[in-house]
Amino acid sequence: MSALSSPRISRRFIRVWQRNFTVYQKTWKISFIPPMLEPLFYLLAFGYGLSAFIEEIPYGGNNVPYINFIAPALLAVTIMYNAFFENTYASFVRMYHQKTFDAMLATPLFLEEIIAGEIVWGATKSLLSTALMMVIISLFGLISYPQGLLILPLAFLGGIAFGSVGMFFTGITPNIETFNLPIFLFITPMFLFSGTFFPLDNLPAWAQIISTILPLTHLVTLTRSLCFGFIDVSLLWPVIFLLIFCLIFFPLAIAKMKGRLVK
Amino acid sequence: MDYIIEARNLRKEFGSIIAVDDISFNVPGGECFGILGPNGAGKTSTVRMIYGFSPLTGGSLRVFGRDITRSLREIKSRIGACQQENSLDPDLTVEQNLMVFSRYFDMPKKMAAEKTEKQLKFIALDHRRDAMVTELSGGMMRRLVIARALINDPELLILDEPTTGLDPQSRHQVWERLERLKASGLSILLTTHYMDEAARLCDRLIIVDHGHILVEGKPLDLIKKHVGRNIIEVADPGKALTDYVQSHFQTYEVLEHRLIIYDEESDALFHTISTQFCEEGCVLRPATLEDVFLKLTGRDLRE
Repeated sequence: MSALSSPRISRRFIRVWQRNFTVYQKTWKISFIPPMLEPLFYLLAFGYGLSAFIEEIPYGGNNVPYINFIAPALLAVTIMYNAFFENTYASFVRMYHQKTFDAMLATPLFLEEIIAGEIVWGATKSLLSTALMMVIISLFGLISYPQGLLILPLAFLGGIAFGSVGMFFTGITPNIETFNLPIFLFITPMFLFSGTFFPLDNLPAWAQIISTILPLTHLVTLTRSLCFGFIDVSLLWPVIFLLIFCLIFFPLAIAKMKGRLVK
Repeated sequence: MDYIIEARNLRKEFGSIIAVDDISFNVPGGECFGILGPNGAGKTSTVRMIYGFSPLTGGSLRVFGRDITRSLREIKSRIGACQQENSLDPDLTVEQNLMVFSRYFDMPKKMAAEKTEKQLKFIALDHRRDAMVTELSGGMMRRLVIARALINDPELLILDEPTTGLDPQSRHQVWERLERLKASGLSILLTTHYMDEAARLCDRLIIVDHGHILVEGKPLDLIKKHVGRNIIEVADPGKALTDYVQSHFQTYEVLEHRLIIYDEESDALFHTISTQFCEEGCVLRPATLEDVFLKLTGRDLRE
């Protein structure tokens, strides 16, 4: 909280965001391809390949087609991947190899603004990729509108959450190879065990408890409800969880990056 | 007197290492002030505190008459800094590097475009505006770093080893531009370990070692005071000469294959030495800042 209310973060953080956006504008044609192709691959493999064996799956008291069950999870995974990879590998390259943050520190910018700008940029990439992916998924009729539009602000919130935790790892990683560790121990288990490809009820009780502290579980709950068009007060809890997650990891990321860069 | 920089007992520690050990100096406006010293002397640590990159461990620092701990953002916005390591943005073109950097100073777009144009002309890179920085030569990159540091029309330009690693042509290109900036009245703070660079550009300088200031003054005054006007250097001096010098003079250095004599009466002495002791390998030359530097900081390697 202290870092959020600190006067050292002014609206100038947008200048750091703009730097990344300027670079993105040069490569957008390539950046647009993965979020458009990825859902096609998954829907083909799981939706058509696997649905020969799993036609329907229980969800919300009914049985729903398997392809409808996994499409929202693909959106949640995209939100996670985009922000996390942007604020780990890409931020690390800018910080360590390109000395971009060092150059910024010789201007009126403060480190807190640089890190805030980077995390907001990571969340922006989550938002852009999610929007593109939603276009493709909507062509299959797998998103209910207008409720589905709420996935866009959700993508930004989820992006801040996963970007902050990514930036936290960037603050403590000794080198770029060590990012394999949080990916193997944190990102990959979430990808598999957050109610993405099968309902959590199928897991043993202890695994269900663990999955409730994983942010992707809550993001999947939200994207799935919105894709099916269900909105009720029970959705407040996963939103609050993601907000708290941001409030912990955003200041923590700034603290770790300060420890790393302020010499 | 109005000083651009006032450093009082400035101190920087990294754990148990003391990089800058209570140094004090003043820089008046319009001056080119040099910080000289061997590797690890504390030059970079000192300038990093002045451009607001590093917090002070101790002491006080006023820049433009303002306390750096209270007016950090304002001071940072009035300084231009060229860091030692290349921090140009490899994802951007030459022109974009300047445009994007001007945004960090919160400059409106139209103004940023004007300043970018002006700087591209100043560093003679307007014909390479669309090149990626990775395509530039070392000298061009360094000129671009200087242009980037000037984008906000700073009142103080800080250069941390601006010509390290450049070929002679590129060094002279950089020097020529720095002299133009100096002539325009810009205050400059420069670190270097090239003595010819310091002698050419600096009005006044300090030589630092192990975080301490060894001497402070104008380049010519320092030469006169510490090594005299001329120097006699003898390669492979014989024992007879070494004995003669040791018995007659105070200020000399005996190295493994070389004898260096600092003396006021060097003309007469040179005549004696060259006629009586050696015909070859004996030179009389004007003293330089490098002689002062080596005399004060010693000849041991710094690694």
